Amino acid sequence: MTAEAVDLERPATGVASGKLGVWIFLASEVMFFGALVGSYLVLRMGSASWPLPAATLDTTLLGINTFVLITSSVTMVNAVRAAERGDLPAMRRSLLATILLGGTFLGLKAFDYAHLVGGGITIGSSLFGACYFTLTGFHGLHVLGGLVTLVSLLLFSRRPAFARRIAWIENAGLYWHFVDVVWIVLFAILVLL
Amino acid sequence: MTPGAHPRPAGLLARVFSTDHKVIGKQYLFTGIFFLFFAGLMALLIRWQLAYPFRSVPLVGGLLFGKGGIMGGEHYTMLFTMHGSLMVFFAVTPILIGAMGNFVVPLQIGARDMAYPRLNATSYWILFAGGLVMAASFFVPGGAASAGWTNYPPLSSDRGVTLGQGQTLWLLGIVLAGTSTLLGAINFVATILNLRAPGMTLRRLPLATWSYFFTSVLNVLWVPVVAAALILVLLDRVAGTSFFLAGANAPFEGGQPLLYQHLFWGFGHPEVYILILPVWGILSDLLSVFSRKPAFGYRVSVIAMAAIVAVSGIVWGHHMFTSGMSPLLGKAFVLLTLAVSVPTALLFLNWLGTLWKGSIRFEPPMVYALGIVFVFAVGGLTGVFNALQAFDIYIHDTYFVVAHFHYTLAASVFLGSFAAISYWFPKMFGRRMNARLSVVHFLLSFLLLNVVFLAMFRMGIAGMPRRVADPFVYEYLQPMRGWSVLAGWGTLGLGLVQLLFAWDFFRSLRAGPAAPANPWGAATLEWSVASPPPPHNFERTPRVAGGPHEYGRPGPGGRDWVPQDEEVSLT
Ligand SMILES: [Cu+2]
Repeated sequence: MTAEAVDLERPATGVASGKLGVWIFLASEVMFFGALVGSYLVLRMGSASWPLPAATLDTTLLGINTFVLITSSVTMVNAVRAAERGDLPAMRRSLLATILLGGTFLGLKAFDYAHLVGGGITIGSSLFGACYFTLTGFHGLHVLGGLVTLVSLLLFSRRPAFARRIAWIENAGLYWHFVDVVWIVLFAILVLL
Repeated sequence: MTPGAHPRPAGLLARVFSTDHKVIGKQYLFTGIFFLFFAGLMALLIRWQLAYPFRSVPLVGGLLFGKGGIMGGEHYTMLFTMHGSLMVFFAVTPILIGAMGNFVVPLQIGARDMAYPRLNATSYWILFAGGLVMAASFFVPGGAASAGWTNYPPLSSDRGVTLGQGQTLWLLGIVLAGTSTLLGAINFVATILNLRAPGMTLRRLPLATWSYFFTSVLNVLWVPVVAAALILVLLDRVAGTSFFLAGANAPFEGGQPLLYQHLFWGFGHPEVYILILPVWGILSDLLSVFSRKPAFGYRVSVIAMAAIVAVSGIVWGHHMFTSGMSPLLGKAFVLLTLAVSVPTALLFLNWLGTLWKGSIRFEPPMVYALGIVFVFAVGGLTGVFNALQAFDIYIHDTYFVVAHFHYTLAASVFLGSFAAISYWFPKMFGRRMNARLSVVHFLLSFLLLNVVFLAMFRMGIAGMPRRVADPFVYEYLQPMRGWSVLAGWGTLGLGLVQLLFAWDFFRSLRAGPAAPANPWGAATLEWSVASPPPPHNFERTPRVAGGPHEYGRPGPGGRDWVPQDEEVSLT
């Protein structure tokens, strides 16, 4: 047994260090998106005019995309449950479903971007464009980071060493749900508001 | 592998990219000292310009500024921008948090390493990359950043019209340093919460470790905010957005320069505590060790630090009294800021309480610590002045403010770093520094710090604006020339005195006398292992049985303290 394992086995708080670290990281992520969302609201409230989202954005497409991401959170929950049961084949199936749904989200996002740019709205065209592309862009990067993590875990799950690291699925799940929640907030303030 | 035996790093690569918190701590220390040296040289050039405006800089002028050796206004602006930025993000943070925190925290809580050793190494190397970017920014067209360390738009988001690519590199470098700090902070919080040895309850944590916990909480919460703000400035510069641009310069309507100030100071004020909290914690422990008395009001000190952490996030408006603010909001910020002085005063009283009737030992760390108590009093009290809106509007952006934050961030934090280095040097390197040289270094530094920064107070009260290459173009400042010359020569003296410390530091690394495990008779866990500690710190996980400050208690062999891993006997 390695010395690290000794330390990891007796977390003074009772929460494993990996999971604790993800929670602390998510606290900092809340502040990061909080600053971006807060800035957006201040800029929008301070603007004399703001384009109607329904008239500029493809709300149907974005609605479908929201549904896709929420579904991916459900499959992620299934993956975590299966991992806890020790049912690795079911876990892999659910992980794969989550990855495909996350990929679909990014694909539709690209479609959404192309649609906007085609209509002359870019990051440098107006304050609306700047806010929309920046906020959804940072969210998209977080989805991409999540996808890379999930794909690595899916590949890693075939190795024997995975047995000791089963908690990583749960930790990745925490992050994935967070990214999902951020999207719901962004959808509400960018598209519905 | 058996517990306690760690894979010994084999090759050079494994040693350079070590995951051992003690090695990483030393890497931060040397990096921090490197940037401290350069940012210090910049301070010298700045003070030369202010003492003798637009006069040829002796010795290095020709090399730095071309023929004639005269610093231009644009050079001056770059110098004060880079001096502040490098000092805060690449000297103070790495030395006090990166180096001392990394080295000390796992040892003090009885852990074998940080919670995430690989993340710890990654944090250091991200800072290293940030340092390279900052260094490179001096050599790009247009020169280094020159929008001040506060980087206010619209000046900073100007698209390369007046400011060069150095401004963009500055943003990258600071975002990298921030990422490094953030990852390190996540590591500290998890380590202090989770890796405490059995018996190391929260009430038995040394105050230094408590302060690293609070500092890291602030870093986790507020570094992302400044990162977001700087990224938006970066997008304004390179991607054609206009979040913070307004007026003729903006490509489209609606950007708000003031929004940046809110975001920046939302981080900027907590940053002050991020830097000073470790000093407070270390100081509280050192006063106890060298007064041979338990730290007075331990619980009050912890609660006071927690209160400061809680309030620090809602006082930022005191930096913006002149930016335009509703008078009612201004009043709220005045009151909240003044409220911070209550817990701060409690901490201060606790330090005096610890000293009161102690058997004081004037060892070098203690001498530095006593110096901090004085300079922090000056810095803290003038902070109360700044918080008062009516007074602040007069002294805003004058040398009074510069003197205030140099008393807290330069004088207190650097004396704090010296106290920490001289206290833990034996543990880090297994050798001792020269006590007499350290005391001489302290006395001269202390004297000259006060000369330079008191002169700044004097010039500030006269209304001398900061960030002006030649303040003496203003007739009313003519009587201040003498003070500026004094501050200039004082800075030169201060710089030379630091060479004394550097000489002693590097000489002692190789040739200092060997240090025993516990040279100060200190009770905390890091002193229960050899100097330097073995690769995995503790042969067996220590069992903690008592508090961190059990001094003045007779023990076996004439000992007057009880180590933390020993039961306190009441007989
Ligand atoms: Cu402040």
